[in-house]
Amino acid sequence: MISILRSMWLTFLHVFHKTETVEYPEVKPYLAPRYRGRIVLTRDEEKNERCVACYLCAAACPVDCIALQAAEGENGRRYPEFFRINFSRCIFCGFCEEACPTYAIQLIPDFEMAEYDRQNMVYEKQHLLISGEGKYHGYNFYKNAGVDMGVKGKGEGHNEEKPVDLKELLP
Amino acid sequence: MKYVLIIAGVLGIALTIAAGLIWVERRLLSVWQDRLGPNRVGPFGLGQVIADTIKLFFKEDWVPPFSDRPVFVLAPGILMITILLTFAVVPFGPNFYVFDSNIGVLFFLGNSSLGVYSIVLGGWASNNKYSLIGAMRASAQMLTYEVFMGLSLMGVVMMADSFSFCKIVEAQKGGWFFIPQFIGFIVFFIAGIAETHRLPFDIPEAEGELIAGYHSEYSGMKFGMFFVGEYLGITLISGLIATLFFGGWLGPSFLPPVFWFLLKTFFFIGVFILLRASLPRPRYDQLMELGWKVLLPLALLNLLVTGAILIFLK
Repeated sequence: MISILRSMWLTFLHVFHKTETVEYPEVKPYLAPRYRGRIVLTRDEEKNERCVACYLCAAACPVDCIALQAAEGENGRRYPEFFRINFSRCIFCGFCEEACPTYAIQLIPDFEMAEYDRQNMVYEKQHLLISGEGKYHGYNFYKNAGVDMGVKGKGEGHNEEKPVDLKELLP
Repeated sequence: MKYVLIIAGVLGIALTIAAGLIWVERRLLSVWQDRLGPNRVGPFGLGQVIADTIKLFFKEDWVPPFSDRPVFVLAPGILMITILLTFAVVPFGPNFYVFDSNIGVLFFLGNSSLGVYSIVLGGWASNNKYSLIGAMRASAQMLTYEVFMGLSLMGVVMMADSFSFCKIVEAQKGGWFFIPQFIGFIVFFIAGIAETHRLPFDIPEAEGELIAGYHSEYSGMKFGMFFVGEYLGITLISGLIATLFFGGWLGPSFLPPVFWFLLKTFFFIGVFILLRASLPRPRYDQLMELGWKVLLPLALLNLLVTGAILIFLK
């Protein structure tokens, strides 16, 4: 009997508690910078596409929602001919972002992608590609990797040593 | 003409409160659960009542082919009729009642007994095992709690020397009955919860175990009748608690009597909803045990002691 009255009283005291509800469309919740939301394709600081169409994101995707086709541009630089993400399948796990060697594919803090037509959930390359650098500024894959794509010469990148002449005997 | 106005007023107040409770209950529950509740439709979400009503009207009114059709259709009506009839004897104010019956208390008890038929017939006609179990539980629970619901009121009747609600209210001018009749008040309150099968005594519907109990098969406005019937029942029991134990329309004269009656009624409606917000549902046998082993002896004891004291004072 006492415990019944006590629980009623304690419930009543909730009148003076703060309400937890966030009135969503008017009040937006805080999303952390590393929130895994809508997927974008970024460019490097020279406004070139970062994506090198290596297929690692498509391979890592557990629901197979990423489809792309590689192509080669001038001086052999690879880029995706088309890049398609079906967001009605995407589970926003972020594996594609982890798999990406060039920081091209990134998940950003935006989840407001509701559509009335399911077909509108399929994003093509022009919908995915943004003109900025996303979360990682000043990173250019070709300045770190060894390949010469007209960005830097062989062995001139960050933390990179000059190529060793294998025919040379002297150390 | 005056009668028509009064009947329209009583029906209007009762049905408005019952419909408004859809909103009140959800808002109050949300306050006690640190939420906001419905606040989108209209000011403070009050339009939710209209939206819900429109929704209920446009739902498909499906009568299951395996049901006993006439009884199935009749059952929700019985609930509404018995509860609305009882509002006729409840005095909203000194001159604001449909008729002042000299057997008002008995009229209420009789009507609430008839209300059991609605649930039993509804559950039986649905021809569904969950509905039947719910109806069985409801009949057992309501019959049990009716026994001492009547007995708990006899103390009040003895003190007021009348079965008429108006006389009972006037007899409380010296002091409200909940002080001398505190046990009667507690027993009547608990019996009232069980009678309207509200939480924590909602064992007949127990959605966790019986889907929705006796109204599993009901849809559309037939379900709506059960739904509004339940809220009407809460309003009725709250109004009767206010009338029988808390002086009805009596109160300081800076407010009109009807307002005092409604204020007290709303307070007890709030307590009903607080009960729902805070207490878990007891087991079926615990409910029966509480009824027969605790509340019935208490009600009888209250009856005996009240009678003895009244005879002694005479």
